[in-house]
Amino acid sequence: MNETPLIPAGVKRCSKWQFSLWIAAATAVLLWGVYAMFLIWYKGLNQTNMNDAYGFALWIWADLAVIALGGGAFFSGFLTYIIAKAELKNIINFAVIIGFICYSSALLILAIDVGQPLRAWFIFWHANVHSMLTEVAFCLSCYFAVLTIEFIPLILENPRLAKKPFLHHLSHNMHGIMAIFAATGVFLSFFHQGSLGGVAGVLYGRPFAFREHILIWPFTFFLFTWSAAAYGPCFTILVTKITEKITRKKLVKDNVIQLFAKISGWMIITYIIAKTIDTIYWALVTAPGMGFTLMDFYNNSTYHIGMLFAEIVICGFIPGLILITKRGRENSFLLMSAIILGVIGVSLNRWVMVLQVMAVPVFSFNDWYTYMPSWQEVATTVLPLAYGIILISLAHRYLPVFPQEKELNPID
Amino acid sequence: MFPFCFEWAWDISHLVFMGGLWYALSIIGAGMTFVIVKSIFDCSGGHDDQNHGHH
Repeated sequence: MNETPLIPAGVKRCSKWQFSLWIAAATAVLLWGVYAMFLIWYKGLNQTNMNDAYGFALWIWADLAVIALGGGAFFSGFLTYIIAKAELKNIINFAVIIGFICYSSALLILAIDVGQPLRAWFIFWHANVHSMLTEVAFCLSCYFAVLTIEFIPLILENPRLAKKPFLHHLSHNMHGIMAIFAATGVFLSFFHQGSLGGVAGVLYGRPFAFREHILIWPFTFFLFTWSAAAYGPCFTILVTKITEKITRKKLVKDNVIQLFAKISGWMIITYIIAKTIDTIYWALVTAPGMGFTLMDFYNNSTYHIGMLFAEIVICGFIPGLILITKRGRENSFLLMSAIILGVIGVSLNRWVMVLQVMAVPVFSFNDWYTYMPSWQEVATTVLPLAYGIILISLAHRYLPVFPQEKELNPID
Repeated sequence: MFPFCFEWAWDISHLVFMGGLWYALSIIGAGMTFVIVKSIFDCSGGHDDQNHGHH
């Protein structure tokens, strides 16, 4: 089959066999995950190492982490369509694709985790209107619909599809009202990112997670939204840089990356200051009020005080300070270090707020709970990675994802 | 869940949660309906120019 009519004009792509080999490697990993997924659906949750102590385990961490990392989509949508940062139009397509991958992965993992996916619609029809997780389910589903809508015009710009008059007009008209969808996405993201944090903050039976409230919202509600907006762009930049490395092409101009990194840096710094204040108040007031000292939560070989230091200082203040300084952003080594630390930082925060919450002993006669995921859990958590690689590869090959690509890589 | 379901109660929790869901779905639904209908009109009205320049 001749691929040329499918590939956007004016750009160079690798040969078909090279591309096929690449996709085949990712598909092999994907199939491993799919096998584990069907095993879990067929045989049940006994295929996992979850138990009564670990009802929230690897999957929920992966869910929270990909949702935070996918936060680059809603935040770049907010900056582009609402704050009118025109430069970011050159990266928003890719941010949307990354967001789409992250949120579809989160929904897939949830579909595996609920055990009976055929009853997933119960959450809409028999909604528990006192649960933060109901709000998460509502906003997550609706925001995924918004991301799909944001992705469709890009798909319709494929050269072959764009020749169909209806699809061409549809793409054009969707672009025309994209600001409305973007604003809806920001509204939905604010609430579901926040409610994911709220789930931990309202656990008054778990002093490690419990936080003080503003009205009905614990501090973690605001910190989760803030951190997703702060660190999400780091993940978008990281995936962009990886894509550039693999394709051996510059895809986005430096000024776009610099602007996105600068905004991310200021968000990280303000977030990490708020997080530090929250941690100090929790350590000095909230936890002692419930009969715990700070070190009660960190006297384990895995969960020691170094994790808190790593999350706040190494993966918080350091990347934030690098990204807010011009010299830091312009040095490619420092820039890459900062965005990698940022991605690790937010993933570590979600790990702590899911797995450490479950591990910390609540009663004096309890010991630390330990948990090691089964291979089925690992395979289904790796599955989204392979799926993401395949989708990004297909999108890059067949869609005009990067508006600056032609200008940056002229064909002789 | 709709108000005619047996589980429904006219309290603030149901109004906020379910109201928020319907509100979001209405915007998404109305937005998509608008662009699809407009695209049909644009096609039938002969506005099949391929160069809108929307990039």
